[in-house]
Formats: sequence, structure tokens, C-alpha cells
Amino acid sequence: MHSFGYRANALLTFAVTILALMCAMASFSDNLNHPSPSSSVQVLNVNWFQKQPNGNDEVSLTLNISADLQSLFTWNTKQVFVFLAAEYETPKNSLNQISLWDGIIASKEHAKFWTHTSNKYRFIDQGSNLRGKEFNLTLHWHVMPKTGKMFADKLVMSGYRLPKEYR
Amino acid sequence: MGWIGETVDSIKSLQIRQVLTQAVSLGMIVTSALIIWKALMCITGSESPVVVVLSGSMEPGFKRGDILFLHMSKDPIRAGEIVVFNVDGREIPIVHRVIKVHERQDTGEVDVLTKGDNNYGDDRLLYAHGQLWLQRHHIMGRAVGFLPYVGWVTIIMTEKPIIKYILIGALGLLVITSKD
Repeated sequence: MHSFGYRANALLTFAVTILALMCAMASFSDNLNHPSPSSSVQVLNVNWFQKQPNGNDEVSLTLNISADLQSLFTWNTKQVFVFLAAEYETPKNSLNQISLWDGIIASKEHAKFWTHTSNKYRFIDQGSNLRGKEFNLTLHWHVMPKTGKMFADKLVMSGYRLPKEYR
Repeated sequence: MGWIGETVDSIKSLQIRQVLTQAVSLGMIVTSALIIWKALMCITGSESPVVVVLSGSMEPGFKRGDILFLHMSKDPIRAGEIVVFNVDGREIPIVHRVIKVHERQDTGEVDVLTKGDNNYGDDRLLYAHGQLWLQRHHIMGRAVGFLPYVGWVTIIMTEKPIIKYILIGALGLLVITSKD
């Protein structure tokens, strides 16, 4: 009853239970944070816009992205993954989401940023539907906790339009 | 012949009831582990509800040895989600992030492109030869939560099987010899 093995077992079980409880509480405490992030994106230039030999439209944009995501950070936040996606509808596809830029924010100090960039991933349509196409730019973020549940949300910015002609 | 007789006596002196109890308690441990695993499969709807991260391609978000909890719902797949997928001709599932989605108007089928946060380029090099997109059936689940470090236990056990056998042997001995 009071052997070494018995005591070691009891201690270990207790320690693991407490640790699991602390992890669960840390993850739960994220629910108490109500973030209010803000963002704005400008399309500064259409660098080029053409039809590939296989028939798909491709466009290259220069973007100015600024955002304030400081309110997403809590004590249980390891990092925030943020990306900007172009979202639009075509006759063939009910939803097209194309990530144009992404970044990893490791700390609250870096969560208020602006960047001037051309699209990091290729903006290619499935087909030839991009001329004059109206699209949304959506800033998505995925909060990775130190432990527990992951959170995600987005800010939709609408009213962007691609040129009517290739260039 | 004396020592054989003694051994037989000592075996007989083990009460049959106690041996049975040990066997039952061992069986209970094994079955309850199985029940928990199968219940998790039912709740999450994923074939493997828990996976261990094996590579550093999602660093600094997920490190080698972290455990991910998967969920497979009917919800459509969207950009930014971290999915676990199987590529034809590869045995080990990959955990990467979705960067492009094209969802069909009529059938609702999706074309998905993934990329590891820590990788320079997208995953077309990892896909089967000539494959440009992942479809729904490649995807085993999406990651919904994670627990750091715990997966090291399984990584060590698969890479050094001897430790696994020692551990199983020691646990078995403990169960069989425990008196309470």
C-alpha cells in the first residue's frame, strides 16, 4: 500500500492531471479575449495581366497591406498566421480563393505592420474569367495557441476590380 | 527431482483467483484504450483523430513531436486551414496549410493546393507525378487543436523499437506482480 511504486504512481498521475487541467484552462482563457483587428489593402499596380498558353488567366499585382492585429495576442498565443486571399466567383467555380501573400507574426510587437509587396503566390484562374472581374481581398488570420484550440477569423474588403484588357 | 516438485508446488500455491484478476485487469486496460480510440474516431469523423507531426515543414507553428487533433466535418475546405492529406503512392500523411481553393459551381467538388509554412514553394512537388490539385478524398481531416511535445513518445518508440519492448515488458510485469 505504501510502497515506492505506489507513491510514484500517485504523484505522476496527479502531476499529469494538473498539467492537463492547466492546458485546458489556458486554452479556455482564449475565449475571454474579444479581438478587434483592423486592416486596409490597396492595389497599387497591375504589373502584368495575360493569358497563359494553356488558357488560364494570370495577373501580377503590387499590393500595399497594412493591418493592426495586436488585439489577437493573449498569453496563450504562440503565433498568428496571417494571409491575404483574393476571392471571387466564376461561372465554373462558386468560390475561388487564392492566397496572394502570407506572413507569420511571432509577437505582439510585430502585429501592427504594413508591407509593400507584389503577390507572393501566382494569381492564376481556372479558365479565362479575370478580365474586368470584381473580387474581394480578404485578410485571414489563424491564431496558433501555445496549447489547445486554434482560432481563425477574417476581414473581407470588397470592391476591387481587375482591368478589362490584358496588359 | 526435488526442485521441480518445489516449483510445481509454488505454481499451485498461486491462487487461481488472483491470476484471473490480473488477467482481467490487463484486459481492461487494453480494451479501455481501444474504446477511447474508437470513440474519438466516431466523434471526430476522422480515420486517425490524433496525429504526430514528423517534419519541420510547418515550423514555427508545429514542431516535430507535437500532437494534432483532427476533425473531419462536412464543412467545405477553405484557404488557410491546416489539413492532413494522403498523396497516392506515399504512405505517410502530410500536415500542411491550404493556400488555394477552387470550388465547383455544380458539383461542389474542390481543387485544393497546399503549402508548408516553412517551405519555400507549394506542394506540387510532393504530389503524385502530374498531379496539380488535391481533391476531397485525399484529405483525412483538418487540425483543430494541438498539444506540444507529447508526440515525442511515439517518435522515440518508432525509431528505437527496443525502448518500446522494454516499456511494454515493464508495464506488463507491473500489472502482473502488483498486489493491490
